[in-house]
Amino acid sequence: MVDGPEQTRGRLKVFIGMAAGVGKTVRMLQEGHAEQEAGRDVAIGLLETHGRVETARAAEGLALIPRRRMRYRETALEEMDLPAILARRPELCLIDELAHSNIPGSAHAKRHEDIEDVLAAGIDVLSTLNVQHLESLNDHITELSGVRVRETIPDAILGRADEVVLIDLTPEALLDRLRAGKVYPAERIDAALNNFFRIENLSALREVALRQVAEEVGAKRLTTELVGSRVESLAADAPQAVGERLLALVEPYPGSQRLVRRAWRSSQRLGAGLDLLWVRRPGRALSEDQERSLKALRQLASVLGARMLEEESDDVADAVVEVAARRASTYILVGSSRPARGLARLRTPLPQRLMARLPGVDVRIVADRAQRPGVESP
Amino acid sequence: MNVAVLVLVACVAAVLGIAAGYWLPPHGRVPAGVRERSERRILLPFSGQEISRRSFEAAVRLAKAENATIMPAFLAHVPMSLPLESALPVQCARGMPLLEAIEQRASSLGIPVDSRVGRGRSARDALRRLLEQEHFDRIIINADEDPRVGLSYEDLRWLLQRAPAEIMILRPSFRDERRISMDAVSGHF
Repeated sequence: MVDGPEQTRGRLKVFIGMAAGVGKTVRMLQEGHAEQEAGRDVAIGLLETHGRVETARAAEGLALIPRRRMRYRETALEEMDLPAILARRPELCLIDELAHSNIPGSAHAKRHEDIEDVLAAGIDVLSTLNVQHLESLNDHITELSGVRVRETIPDAILGRADEVVLIDLTPEALLDRLRAGKVYPAERIDAALNNFFRIENLSALREVALRQVAEEVGAKRLTTELVGSRVESLAADAPQAVGERLLALVEPYPGSQRLVRRAWRSSQRLGAGLDLLWVRRPGRALSEDQERSLKALRQLASVLGARMLEEESDDVADAVVEVAARRASTYILVGSSRPARGLARLRTPLPQRLMARLPGVDVRIVADRAQRPGVESP
Repeated sequence: MNVAVLVLVACVAAVLGIAAGYWLPPHGRVPAGVRERSERRILLPFSGQEISRRSFEAAVRLAKAENATIMPAFLAHVPMSLPLESALPVQCARGMPLLEAIEQRASSLGIPVDSRVGRGRSARDALRRLLEQEHFDRIIINADEDPRVGLSYEDLRWLLQRAPAEIMILRPSFRDERRISMDAVSGHF
């Protein structure tokens, strides 16, 4: 381990995959073997083979800390033996299934909390995780697959890992492994193929896993660059700088929905959060049509997973600047403005005012594509 | 005398300019093109990744004849394992481009469009909730929507019995399989 007061803490390395059966545990065990051959004291704290011969074989030759037997509701169950691990104090401990929930009555409710104790004792840990167990992705993946995973962990746990390794496999290769009985026993294969293990599910999950790891790598690189340079003051603001965040300015009329859809597509591509902002003029009542449009905008925001913000202000630019600072927005999207008339021509247009007052923030004017020449008519 | 008239005209022009500056965007009223929308509303619901061109054309014809607004509505299905208010990004990734495509085509024809998104435990449930929230004068439905993702014949019967609007159900046409899909979107959407 490294020197210094903070370096007594162990290092956490997580093997993440899109689904069961991609080979996370086997890879963890292979790494354990390599470390052992390099002369380190390695022990398995917890291993779930799920009856897989390949996994059990990969564990041969590594010391195994026996599980602790516990009783819960008159049933004898086994759980990871945290006190035994801490007493044994290996240099490196292999602990499978990071997102596991412990049996009630255990020292901690979740295994990742046990792992925190192990790390705090200066022991390095290798662990495994499926991407659907990440809290922020849980709803998204439930929608993708129709299967809700109950055991979740806060994303921050993965964020604190020193290394995250993606174990990738093509959906076709995973299905081949499943059909060959390498993932589940024969009696469960058909059910698995018809439920979770469908090619469209696996493709989508793979994309989510790849994106997640890419984001982790990006976030860590930025943090490292900031800490290593003279811009520590900037590092304090790093959480906002790491991710993009879009802010779309809307008004309660039908054309705003187009802007919202475009903003949402951009946010999806960037993997960024999306806020919608409507600046209401104080004391101005809405017409029936505007009320309806506002309701439709709120519904659209909710379905898209965007956040609808409503502010009262006499000056749109003031409100936008305040909200952009509060929400750490990196992009502002505005609709194309109507041609000004009268003295309004003398006023600086809103996008320019925003650019002047929000340095470092992109301002994008979203056009109406229907006005574009060449849009096909039926 | 002439000077006085000139000063008066200048003052009036200045007052008018200030008034226009105040009332015009971004603070002011919604543009005239938007305000003068028609009263009649034609709902064009869909839940799949495409709609038949015939139903879109029917909506356009009626909208032109009645000076109506077309209201394409994407019906999203919320799985039972999720709260009804959940965000549905995966379905939206399919539904939003189609909504955009319909809106672009209708707008290019000069038809006012006002889109909606409905959410429910099934397409029928999403449509029912939408109909409870808003009034529509007509509903145009294509009978050959894939019932696995859209409205089944049972749902169409329910619609005919319950919906407080004129319903137009277009029978499938084997000679006309033209569809509008998300690929029809203009631009990078």
